[in-house]
Amino acid sequence: MLKVSDLHVHYGGINALRGIDITIEENQIVTLIGANGAGKSSTLRAIMGLVEKSQGKIEYNGEDLTNLPTKDIVKKGIVMVPEGRRVFADLTVEENLILGAYTRKDSNGIRSEMKRVYEMFPRLKERSWQKAGTLSGGEQQMLAVGRALMIQPKVLMMDEPSLGLAPLLVKDIFEIISMLHSQGNTILLVEQNAKKALEIADYAYVLETGELVLEGLGSDLLKDSKVQEAYLGEAK
Amino acid sequence: MGNQGLLQHLANGISLGSLYALIAIGYTMVYGILRLINFAHGDIFMLGIYITYYGILFTSIPWWIVFILASVLTGLIGLLLEKVAYRPLRESPRITILISAIGASFFLQNFGIVVFGGRPKAFPIPNVFNKVIKLGGVSISLITFIIPLVTLLLLLGLTYFITKTKTGMAMRALSKDYETASLMGIDINRIISITFFIGSFLAAVGGIMWGIRYPQLMPLMGVMPGLKCFIAAVIGGIGNITGAVLGGFILGLGEIMLIALLPKLTGYRDAFAFILLIVILLIKPTGLMGEKITEKV
Repeated sequence: MLKVSDLHVHYGGINALRGIDITIEENQIVTLIGANGAGKSSTLRAIMGLVEKSQGKIEYNGEDLTNLPTKDIVKKGIVMVPEGRRVFADLTVEENLILGAYTRKDSNGIRSEMKRVYEMFPRLKERSWQKAGTLSGGEQQMLAVGRALMIQPKVLMMDEPSLGLAPLLVKDIFEIISMLHSQGNTILLVEQNAKKALEIADYAYVLETGELVLEGLGSDLLKDSKVQEAYLGEAK
Repeated sequence: MGNQGLLQHLANGISLGSLYALIAIGYTMVYGILRLINFAHGDIFMLGIYITYYGILFTSIPWWIVFILASVLTGLIGLLLEKVAYRPLRESPRITILISAIGASFFLQNFGIVVFGGRPKAFPIPNVFNKVIKLGGVSISLITFIIPLVTLLLLLGLTYFITKTKTGMAMRALSKDYETASLMGIDINRIISITFFIGSFLAAVGGIMWGIRYPQLMPLMGVMPGLKCFIAAVIGGIGNITGAVLGGFILGLGEIMLIALLPKLTGYRDAFAFILLIVILLIKPTGLMGEKITEKV
């Protein structure tokens, strides 16, 4: 469905990505794990057209997205929940959701989508008139996810959704991701919390300094001794 | 000074404040989105007046249609200015685009001198506006009432646009976080164009009313109002629309009251704006309604 091939990204003289190949099939959760600076976020940002690609190709259902501007990639149904949530703090919760549906023109569809998001996250409904900046970290993450769902994404990409959240909320977030998956969403998840990510992932890639070093089924990687040692913090 | 005199000055101050407010909005909106001080804004205001001048003198179109067309045309010129002078530099350091703004300002001024001529022209005021209204023994020209009224209507319209429409929301989102706004599928260039259109449109409306009130046209006439309205925007807290309106009124009323109460200081009316700016910046550097400046991550 979404296919990334031979992706290279340079920041100045630094090679952030050195030839990444990733494939995401429909209804899959695919996760990208790796240490800080391994290039996980760069991969997502390159797919969204937020950073320039020096080489490589991004295809979606056979269509070439490589050189499309971000707004057109969003229109194809590929959305990203950015790292650090990045809700629009001065806008109300409801306005944030409306902007999530910015590219949609069907006001009835937008309204029913909003209802669905509110059913999924009742806390957001309670606070729909509050400015997003006044929400707690967990609520902001729910809003960031809800905002991304407003467009009925074909591929939902999440960049470190559990970052900076209390352990209890981390559990909630992963439950939400599993729920979205069971509803038929296709998800590309970037996480530092490798254990939790691998537990729910169908397929996983391990990134190290801009290169893929390992890939396989999520459950297989969980058992892999190298992964255990490097990312799951388990002694041999 | 009697009550009647006070009423007269108050009316004049509100009227001038309205004009400042209309022009200040353009500065503040552009700053809010691009973090750019559009130095050419005062010259766009000047263009709006001249376009109206030629529209009335050289076409047979009814004056009120000329007013509307000229405002729209000026809006489009503002939009074009962004495309030509600012957009290509968007990724450049902020100082580069600022210099481009100063260059654009000089260009428009000199364009005005070459094309419109340096000699002052008289604004052709439609007859309706020459009416004088007597109110409690004071005679006040009709335009003095029309200016705040038009300003109020435009402000209401703008507020509706900014708070209720999707484009307005996108504008607010964009002013805080470009990247996330683009992740919503927002066409950033389109929103910036709309911002420039609105700012320039309002400057033109202000300019036309300015022309009716102070009917002497010169290619450099945008410089001082431009500077003052920039000051108004800074006083109110640049980036904040309500602040710009507030700053405009403070400046307009203050200026007129200064002349009224201390006629000997009339020669210092322009200095007043700058002194006020310095005082407010010393007391509250972010302006009256400005927020703390947070650098974008």
